[in-house]
Amino acid sequence: MAETKAKIRKIATFVEETSIEQGHKVDPPTRRAAAVAVIENPYAGQYVEDLSELMAIGEELGELLTQRAVAALGIEGPSAESYGKAAAVGENGELEHAAAILHPKLGTPVRRVLGKGAALIPSSKKRGGLGVVLDIPLGHKDAAFVRSHFDGMEVRINDAPRANEIMVAIAVTDSGRPLPRVGGLTKNQIKGEDGLR
Amino acid sequence: MPEVQVRKRVLLVEEIFHEGGPIAVKPQRRAAALAVIRNPYAGRYVEIIEGFMDNLKPLGLDMARSLVAALGEDAKVVEGYGKGAIVGSAGELEHGALWHAPGGYSMREVLGGAKAIVASTKKVGGPGTRLDIPITHINASYVRSHFDAMEIGIADAPRADEILFALVMTTGARVHARVGGLKVSDIEGEDGLR
Repeated sequence: MAETKAKIRKIATFVEETSIEQGHKVDPPTRRAAAVAVIENPYAGQYVEDLSELMAIGEELGELLTQRAVAALGIEGPSAESYGKAAAVGENGELEHAAAILHPKLGTPVRRVLGKGAALIPSSKKRGGLGVVLDIPLGHKDAAFVRSHFDGMEVRINDAPRANEIMVAIAVTDSGRPLPRVGGLTKNQIKGEDGLR
Repeated sequence: MPEVQVRKRVLLVEEIFHEGGPIAVKPQRRAAALAVIRNPYAGRYVEIIEGFMDNLKPLGLDMARSLVAALGEDAKVVEGYGKGAIVGSAGELEHGALWHAPGGYSMREVLGGAKAIVASTKKVGGPGTRLDIPITHINASYVRSHFDAMEIGIADAPRADEILFALVMTTGARVHARVGGLKVSDIEGEDGLR
């Protein structure tokens, strides 16, 4: 792998394919993937005012993890339907470190890889110890109100984050929930102008 | 024998660059293929279950192939393996044992005749149960650098009437292996042990 600003200890990818839900066939199966990097937290154990190093890391991981997730699904970026992001900071870091990675610069490369992405990338963050569970929220990438694509994906790595680490996750799908039937905006009604509808 | 009904498949891949020591020239990669199927014997005691193992073979082969694909499309990169099962609460441990023949057979088939016994573990558990799948070298069980394990689990599986089957393959030793013992270069390769 090319040199990275982030000191990456490990990368994990998760792919889920659901073909039956409550005894009912899901055809085609719904598929989602998450790519998660475990990196060193350069600010662990100290209060630092300027978090720009983490913002740059966020930009780098936005591209790397989105590429990994899309590759895991075996699709082209523009075929992705929904997305989400999350981070878990080890116990010697602050929640703001997760914010610095996720919010200022991570989104642009995600959208570049996926071709579009007018909608806000839903996110969650927490601080936690080894094996902490991250529930990555998912929403349609072009229209946040598409109800069939409101979802979440759980990821967990048993040996991360260590105290001085941060787990950064990006999830991408090629579909919504398995058997959506609670109405609302559907994906063929997307106007795609404001990222909402 | 009943048909195999797959509700969900999951693929997990880990790429490990370091664990506090020098960054590996070739990162270790581990992959786990998981399948959640309906347990055809849930909720009652059935004496004759052995034949279901044959029905599971195509699923096992498909999972083994997906692992090779995830690790780079070449079975030659695979050096370690293991398998496991989690049986939902309406089943018995013995239902997890149905995985022994098809799980082992399919990995050997795909890897072109690995010699070592496939390390395994199993348990009964609810949705989200975690399982530490033991891993050993594919041709010589005693290779110490390749004793490893990978934790797996799925938040919504197994439900009471389901079984989660797992296969795991790795591309090499623990990332900073340095506690001696039998080395890959010392493998005799006759008995599957050394």
